[in-house]
Amino acid sequence: MTQQPRSLFEKVWDAHVVATRPDGQSLLAIDRHFLHEGSFHAFGMIDHAGRKVRRPELTFAVADHYVPSHSRSKPIADPEIANMVTMLEANAGRHGLRHFGLHDPAQGIVHVLAPEQGLTLPGLTIVCGDSHTSTHGAFGALAFGIGATEVSHVLATQTLWQRRPKTMRVTVDGVLGPHVTAKDLILAIIAAIGADGAAGHVIEYAGSAIRALSMEGRLTVCNMSIEAGARAGMIAPDDTTFSWVEGRPYAPKGALFDRAVEHWRSLPSDPGAVFDREVTLDAASIAPAVTWGTSPETAVPVTAAVPDPGAESDPVRAGQMRKMLDYMGLAPGTALEDVVIDRVFIGSCTNARLEDLRAAAAVLRGRRAVVPGLVVPGSVPVRRQAEAEGLDRVFIDAGLEWGEPGCSMCVGINGDLVPAGERCASTTNRNFPGRQGPNARTHLMSPAMAAAAAATGRLTDVRKLDLRKLGAS
Amino acid sequence: MDPFVTLTAPAVPLDIANIDTDQLLPARFLKKPRSAGYGNFLFHDERKPGFPLDDPAYAGAAVLVSDRNFGCGSSREGAVYALVDGGFRCVVAPSFGDIFAANAAKNGLLTVTLPEDAVAALRRQLQEAPGAAVTVDLPTQTLTGPDGRPLPFAIDPFKKECLIEGLDDVALTLRHQDAIDLFDRRDAERRPWVVPGVVPGVV
Repeated sequence: MTQQPRSLFEKVWDAHVVATRPDGQSLLAIDRHFLHEGSFHAFGMIDHAGRKVRRPELTFAVADHYVPSHSRSKPIADPEIANMVTMLEANAGRHGLRHFGLHDPAQGIVHVLAPEQGLTLPGLTIVCGDSHTSTHGAFGALAFGIGATEVSHVLATQTLWQRRPKTMRVTVDGVLGPHVTAKDLILAIIAAIGADGAAGHVIEYAGSAIRALSMEGRLTVCNMSIEAGARAGMIAPDDTTFSWVEGRPYAPKGALFDRAVEHWRSLPSDPGAVFDREVTLDAASIAPAVTWGTSPETAVPVTAAVPDPGAESDPVRAGQMRKMLDYMGLAPGTALEDVVIDRVFIGSCTNARLEDLRAAAAVLRGRRAVVPGLVVPGSVPVRRQAEAEGLDRVFIDAGLEWGEPGCSMCVGINGDLVPAGERCASTTNRNFPGRQGPNARTHLMSPAMAAAAAATGRLTDVRKLDLRKLGAS
Repeated sequence: MDPFVTLTAPAVPLDIANIDTDQLLPARFLKKPRSAGYGNFLFHDERKPGFPLDDPAYAGAAVLVSDRNFGCGSSREGAVYALVDGGFRCVVAPSFGDIFAANAAKNGLLTVTLPEDAVAALRRQLQEAPGAAVTVDLPTQTLTGPDGRPLPFAIDPFKKECLIEGLDDVALTLRHQDAIDLFDRRDAERRPWVVPGVVPGVV
């Protein structure tokens, strides 16, 4: 009997089904459960019910959302914020979980730390009470965010009830142009399909442009799957993946690693695998992108102008565009490259890996930032390596701050906020109203583009900046 | 959680697409215990003059009718707590963020997905007759707006059952304890690399 061709998603899903109900709900086994400070509601639920953590050896706690970006040797000043960090430590301790706390030499943003430590592996099911858990799909894992009640369910049972999502393949063929990065690629995809374009679907990213990405680039792409509404994003594991994983602290070693790789090589989608929806993009058509509105779907090439609601035929849509422009303080028709910014933020689970910091530093080397800015590496190991390469000096010499690892100004709950009314060029994932602080205005872009904006004080096409510098030298 | 069977209550229209969970519950309130009453934080930073939820004409609304991609963004269940503590039992939209919709069901908040034009028509009716009630009947899967026209909606049967019964799904899952144990034993042989071994320090 020949087996039907299956996709990467279907192989991972099928391997984790514990039970199926007649109504189509499946009980999925979970291989990795990551927790951050926000898990206190879930711990409260299992404690209230008198339940234990079923698989502590598969459960990892990481302090990232509330940790300070500065002065870590001193106690956290805000008692409510300090309480969030100590509550995680107490809950992890009580349930016997590995806790990557504030002073751990591996500490970092959970979606940077877990791949770095070899906790993220191909073919795993991974959940975390954080929507950007989709990041881990870069390894060919099925990884998605869940809410507090589901977190408590996974703590107690190491399983989750799920209805099998639909599948979408996004194929990007061709070669990305100079200074066009994984961030520009995913912003282009979100703009093409919309902020709810992949709702109810798991995306598989495929094509030569995806294959050519480094693991860092793949993590950036999968990270923002949720901004297209996707349940998860996945990329087939290959030699790039295996060589990243090999030798990492929690990764399998020796013969066990070889056996794992043999299995992982069977995971990529079979030829002829069928997807519910197919989308294709041409890599060569993608330009460095910025967003103009309060949804990531408002990404456009930086060379474009602010759109005109007057040209929108649907009055409801036009009204929504006006509301976004009003919040962002932008007039229709303004060239985006004329938009003046107040600060930059380089960091977050989207863009705080070594490759990101190298790209930003390459633009800022020998330049001064004309606006204030904060650079927050994704983890202590990233920070150490960046310092070994002198990247911290590039940022500090340019006039930017060099912070300690964490979520920082992406969500602002450790106190790093964009002041009200200010406009921030940000390498983060969400430009929602109030995301970086009440009335803060966020333009999403790549690390190189944020660095370019820091150097000019405007939204800037990094390709032109580079040319100018070359012409001047 | 409170079971959801039927509801007749005033509905408030919100003509905004992509209402994200940061808008529903600004991140600075995430560290608050549930006992703080999350209803006070609902749309905290959107409460400007003219915001429909503050219009006395819509007082007592328990149904929110919005636009596409409601509840997108962060997985924070607090966004659902804010709606529930704020008196809402049902949200109607053309599409929802997946994680939000899952969180809603766990807390007795019904999400009703209807076609974009039907939801737009419903919002118009509510704007023309502020304070008008809608009736939601979960067993028959119909929503009836001010115009009296019943609109059928689809819902996952498992979600429907959990909402009507007010089920705690951990208890339900524990009925499959033997299947989980068996899976774990077999998987340990099939994929022995999944459980991390002894860790020789960090990078």
